[in-house]
Amino acid sequence: MLKFILKRLLSTVLVLLVVTFVLYLLLNAALDFFWDLRSSTSPNIESLYESRRRLLDLDTPAVVRYFKWLAGVGGCAIGQCDLGIAWKSGQEVTSQLQGAIVNTIKLISAATIIAIVLGVAVGMISAIRQYSGFDYFITFVSFLLYSLPVFWVAVLLKQWGAIEINNFLSDPQIETWLPIIAVCLAMGLFWMGALGGSRNRRLITFAAATLITFVTIYYILASGWLQQPRIGIVGVVLIGAGTAIVMTFLSTGLRNKRVLYATLTVAGIGALLYMPLQYLFYYQEMNWLWMVGLLVVAIVIAVGVGLAFKGPDPWDTARTTFFTVLVIAVLIFADRVLQEWGRYSAHPAINNRPIATIGASAPNVAGDFWMANLDSFTHLLLPSIALILISFASYTRYTRGSMLEVMGQDYIRTARAKGLNERTVVMRHALRNALLPLASIIPVDIITMVGGAVITETIFGWNGMGKLFIDSMHRSEIDPIMAYIVITGIFAIIANLVADFLYAVLDPRIRVNA
Amino acid sequence: MSIRNDNQTPTDEAQDIPAEVKDNGIEAKETEGLSQGRIVLRKFLRHKGAMIGVIVFAFIALFAYSALGIGPIPGWWIHNHTSSGPVVNPGGAPTWSLSEPFSLGEHPFGQDEIGRDNFAMVMKGTQISIMVMLIIGAVSLVIGTIVGALAGYYRGWIDSVLMRVTDGVIILPTIVVGAILGKLVSGTSGAMLGVVLGAVLWTSLARLVRGEFMSLREREFVDSARVAGASDFRIMFKHMLPNAMGVIIVNTTLLMSQAIVLEAALSYLGFGIQPPDVSLGRLISEYQTAFATRPWLFWWPGLFIILIALCVNFIGDGLRDAFDPRMKTIPSWRKMKKAERMAQKGAK
Repeated sequence: MLKFILKRLLSTVLVLLVVTFVLYLLLNAALDFFWDLRSSTSPNIESLYESRRRLLDLDTPAVVRYFKWLAGVGGCAIGQCDLGIAWKSGQEVTSQLQGAIVNTIKLISAATIIAIVLGVAVGMISAIRQYSGFDYFITFVSFLLYSLPVFWVAVLLKQWGAIEINNFLSDPQIETWLPIIAVCLAMGLFWMGALGGSRNRRLITFAAATLITFVTIYYILASGWLQQPRIGIVGVVLIGAGTAIVMTFLSTGLRNKRVLYATLTVAGIGALLYMPLQYLFYYQEMNWLWMVGLLVVAIVIAVGVGLAFKGPDPWDTARTTFFTVLVIAVLIFADRVLQEWGRYSAHPAINNRPIATIGASAPNVAGDFWMANLDSFTHLLLPSIALILISFASYTRYTRGSMLEVMGQDYIRTARAKGLNERTVVMRHALRNALLPLASIIPVDIITMVGGAVITETIFGWNGMGKLFIDSMHRSEIDPIMAYIVITGIFAIIANLVADFLYAVLDPRIRVNA
Repeated sequence: MSIRNDNQTPTDEAQDIPAEVKDNGIEAKETEGLSQGRIVLRKFLRHKGAMIGVIVFAFIALFAYSALGIGPIPGWWIHNHTSSGPVVNPGGAPTWSLSEPFSLGEHPFGQDEIGRDNFAMVMKGTQISIMVMLIIGAVSLVIGTIVGALAGYYRGWIDSVLMRVTDGVIILPTIVVGAILGKLVSGTSGAMLGVVLGAVLWTSLARLVRGEFMSLREREFVDSARVAGASDFRIMFKHMLPNAMGVIIVNTTLLMSQAIVLEAALSYLGFGIQPPDVSLGRLISEYQTAFATRPWLFWWPGLFIILIALCVNFIGDGLRDAFDPRMKTIPSWRKMKKAERMAQKGAK
């Protein structure tokens, strides 16, 4: 295994070296290093050209310059990085990169996780309800998402996701109920299609989903929730209990009372700890280390509760409580972040326009951990949606295809013949095997996501790697471009290695031949 | 001469599994006596999404090319995409009206701030975008097929070298390599842009063709061709290639739908089609700030990109279903009932 990994690593690193060499020469031919001097009328133009040539060392052949550059990059191995200088601004590339890498990882990680969760869920349902109206609808939507140009969607998002929403938030008056009723009916149809069943069950689902959506929207509008958005103790109790029931339903079925009580207990503990946590958040300055620590504590408690309920299969219970506690933890975190909403939107730098269209953070918003997070989330919202839309489609299609293939296998028929109920067949036997190939798709998709981030970051003014690349291309600065290529390349190599490794570990049928 | 479809089951073998029998019965009857190519064509023609895609795409292409003409041949539209005229409606709003009588007016898609006709610009952009898309498709078809065929047929060191080259292209996002190559050829024609982008997008096709050739070369007909004294070249392109045609056609089509979005994105970022040429992506880039004041300048080019990409996607999907022997078209409810009746009659 180790030999296999080393061999792969060596060959891909060689490939990357060749790629950087070829691209360096190509860039050298493509970029115009004198673009800003071309239209200059200054009398000493000749000396300007001359100094530029000296600055960029253009008299040495490009091949030699490449190796000089490579030596600088090689210095990173001994802690002396020299990635060159962005000549137009005179900044060192290493200092340009620091913030950019963090920003891009922030953007991509959030979008990837959401896209995977949503895409897998929708793709799975779409496969189970193959050739139903729901399936056709999802197929059409995913084709549509494939065909959407990101930059076009981004402009629409800015207009309707930010400007109009901000207008609405500052003055929440509804002129007509028609769109809301349409949304409610659409939600009803969606859930009806997704849950399926007999005609009576479908009608009940439709009515319930429509009604619940309507009541929620009505409550949000009527109670002035939009001015002071919060989840509160009531929300945590209600949503926590709901999560407990849904998680139990998905993992073992509601008939398994032991698991149901275990998850409900976890939800109850979450609700009980809500108030003490508020005090903790108030008196203790928070940071991400604290957050991770609290999450670990929560997981330990949940798994402990799951195991304490014993039963024939305690780890089954523990797994269900684990997923429940994740949702509850996110809920309490989101609640605390939302408590800052009022102060955040009233902040003079925000001026009651909380949803941002540009940048990674608002300038001059000094605040504690929670405020900074809220600021970060409002800026993440739109670029993430733009990124998710593309990835979501490919995950949906992929999960659907692989799920359909698995559902036709003999062991699924065997599982059914044993008398297992449909949920166990789908969730345990089919889904797990269908997700296997996804391990090799995710890294590839992350590379696509990095590519998508180039456009998204440029449009939303998000100071990440992609924007750095495009800006440097426009300014003909070769060093930052090369840095981008190297970092993205290394990222791709790692992603592919992880994919191979995961696949070999998860799927015993794959044999590694070194 | 009649060639029977391999995957049909005789109807009388499994009377007690009605659904399967019905499916296969219908399929067997429909494919009886048809060649493989005919079956594929027939399945494709019955794929509703794909047929709508073909029709809409043909309509758009015909419309775009006839409206402004090709090269020296003039089109039927009164304006062209470069000349400006007086602004008819305030702000250059579209002149078509639905109220009686329905009329298009002089500028049905509106005008920009200096009075250029938006319809002419969008049509010109569509022309160029379609052309670039087809060139990208053709170039990556050629490169991908040759690389894949050589790698899969010869194996050994040729395979390793070619696959490392593929890895090298795939390691970076296409938009990054596309931007660098686009910058390299900026100032030349749109056709040149198509060629260099085709040189970026061929990788997935090469990998699939390679896989296909690796399994094909173990088949008997390849051995018999070799025994008969055929050269490597002849075996690859005369005997094996037709068998890999399904994979190639389907993936080239799907790749073209990526290509049009990639071209639009590059033009948007400024590394694709350069002014004075127009492409749909460049139109959006130019008018994105006008969204609040002149939304029509933004909506129309976007709509055409989406329509073209959607059509090509659906055509590709239809082709995939048509070429996939495992893919059974689900017969309509009425046909199922009919087959059931026929089966019952046969049993009596």
